[in-house]
Amino acid sequence: MKNLLASGGLALLTGVLTSAAFAQSGDTINLADVAELSGSGATVGTNWKNGIDLAVEEINAKGGILGAKIVVTHADTQSNAGIAKAQAQKALDGEPYALLGPGYSGSVKVCAPLAQEAGIAEIMGGEAAELTRAGNKFLFRTSFGQQTSMPKIAKYIAEDMKAKTAAVVWVNNDFGKGGHDTILKEFAARGVKVLADDSTEAGQADFAADALKVKDANPDVVFIYLNEEESARILKELRKADVKAPLVGETTLIGQKVIELAGEAANGALGHVGLTTDAPIPAIKAFRDKFVAKYNYVPDHNGIKGYLALYMIKAATEKMGKLDSKNLAAALHGLTITPEKEPGILMEVTIDENGDLDRQSFLGEVVNGKQVIKEVLPKLKN
Amino acid sequence: MANFVALLIAGLATGALYALAAVGFTLLWQTSQTINFAQGEFVMLPAFFMLAAMHAGLPFWAAILVGLALSMAILGFAFKRLLVDPMLQHGVLPLAIATMALSTFLKESVKTFYSAEASPFPSIAPDSDIRLLGVAVSWQSIAVLGVGIATVVALQFLLNRTRTGRQMQAAAQNPTVARILGVPVERMILYTFLINGALVALTSLLISPIYLAKFSNGDTLGLAAFIAAIVGGFNQIRGAIVGGLLLGVVDNLSAAYVSTQYRGAIPLCLLIVIILFKPNGLLGRAEERTV
Repeated sequence: MKNLLASGGLALLTGVLTSAAFAQSGDTINLADVAELSGSGATVGTNWKNGIDLAVEEINAKGGILGAKIVVTHADTQSNAGIAKAQAQKALDGEPYALLGPGYSGSVKVCAPLAQEAGIAEIMGGEAAELTRAGNKFLFRTSFGQQTSMPKIAKYIAEDMKAKTAAVVWVNNDFGKGGHDTILKEFAARGVKVLADDSTEAGQADFAADALKVKDANPDVVFIYLNEEESARILKELRKADVKAPLVGETTLIGQKVIELAGEAANGALGHVGLTTDAPIPAIKAFRDKFVAKYNYVPDHNGIKGYLALYMIKAATEKMGKLDSKNLAAALHGLTITPEKEPGILMEVTIDENGDLDRQSFLGEVVNGKQVIKEVLPKLKN
Repeated sequence: MANFVALLIAGLATGALYALAAVGFTLLWQTSQTINFAQGEFVMLPAFFMLAAMHAGLPFWAAILVGLALSMAILGFAFKRLLVDPMLQHGVLPLAIATMALSTFLKESVKTFYSAEASPFPSIAPDSDIRLLGVAVSWQSIAVLGVGIATVVALQFLLNRTRTGRQMQAAAQNPTVARILGVPVERMILYTFLINGALVALTSLLISPIYLAKFSNGDTLGLAAFIAAIVGGFNQIRGAIVGGLLLGVVDNLSAAYVSTQYRGAIPLCLLIVIILFKPNGLLGRAEERTV
């Protein structure tokens, strides 16, 4: 019995020591990804994960970061904030170099305090405005927050489209509510009257009534802010209901997955796009080709987000010149990464003190089942 | 007014789908006192049979036939032989729980072996609209309503006007007497499972272009069909049809005129009212059981 206890204790001690050495080893960088690999956000999480895996493969093939190879583990949130929190805690208990994900803002909201408490940088895909307003110095975006994208869209609707009235269709979760509140404020500031304010549920399957409600309001423009699958469903219903007003949204309205799911109904939809594989930028086209060659489908913006997250970590680590998990967040703040120095970053990006990003963005339209970029919008601060 | 008509048509189309799934609940209840909690997943699955057949290179029409055949074989025949028959000997409750487990198994299997993401699904109707009474109505809604009505009429014809149908009814109403009169009760019960297999395949074919083919589709649909069956009367096929249509219309009208936020609660309120004031459902009949 004594021997058994002794060997058990020894095994436990060895395990603990090995695990600590593994997390801090100079040969390996352990990253933990917590993403929506199933449930309503499966499109988001799968693209995000595949983008990460592609970047890891590339970086490791070129010798890793400062000579250390990256090892990434993926955990499934099932698109559920409660499960996301549990998975994030489990991941943080393993003392990763950085936490990646989740993509859903609601899930980010519950995971971010855990990463902050652990002093680990969290690089995520959420876009809700409030995420980076809570004073968490360990949280970083991979795309624009709503406070950056919504003013651009509202300006386009009011000034370029000359719309006086709008219908707003939004998903009633943290992501949708953040976008809804911000766009309503921006519309009010620009004199655009909201005739229909239609809240929908995440995972909603039947949009017939919502489409007819929008049609009844007869607005100059319909602003749609839903997740990808729901965007595809409502596009189909709006076309079925013969709604003639232009349909405008964000990345989630004109992404590749939405176009694939909505088919013909996606044609004509417009969107402000922070990241797109259709951007007229050679580095992004090269990324798209590599992604398609590996996974046999065209990624949406979440694929790019996952890919960029890895290169943000690489650039910040190389700036520090050492593997220092505790100072990674500080190294990311105020960092400008250029494609000349780090080709994997695809476009020049500046990370501010809140973890928000500034970089070029695009205005896209779906034409004949393809996203076509109509305009390139410059960085806010050059 | 034009939009009210459009909402009504859209509601009836949705309701027709609920009704087809609800009829399945009723059929199985009548013949084997089984509540199949995997009925929503039964509707979700045939779309993936059809998609897999198309990926294998078959044209859409052939994939529909493959989906129909597999659905009748797996969700009809195999479901009865491998799950219902062995479990029913232990009572209705273990069987109901087994169907809950089956529901999870089917969802997770599709997620694992096909995809967790939604997939586009072709429609049997063109994407264009037609104008009826000054209202733009999609061919898809017309197809859903048309196929739904045709199926119900065919089912009623089978049950009321054919020898097999009358034997099925006899087997459902009093299996002991039916057996004495020479009705092959076991075979009749099997027929109802096969009919349910065909009905769910048809519902899947109609609903998947709208909902998109996804492993989680059964959650919404299973609940809606279950409520529809209770509202209409769990032991009457025509009750399930009325319940389904009513639920579809109420859901659409309440989303448009009451609140989109609380649309999910309205069918449940309807259910509570029906349970309080008409416990057997709108067209259901009281059942007596020997104890």
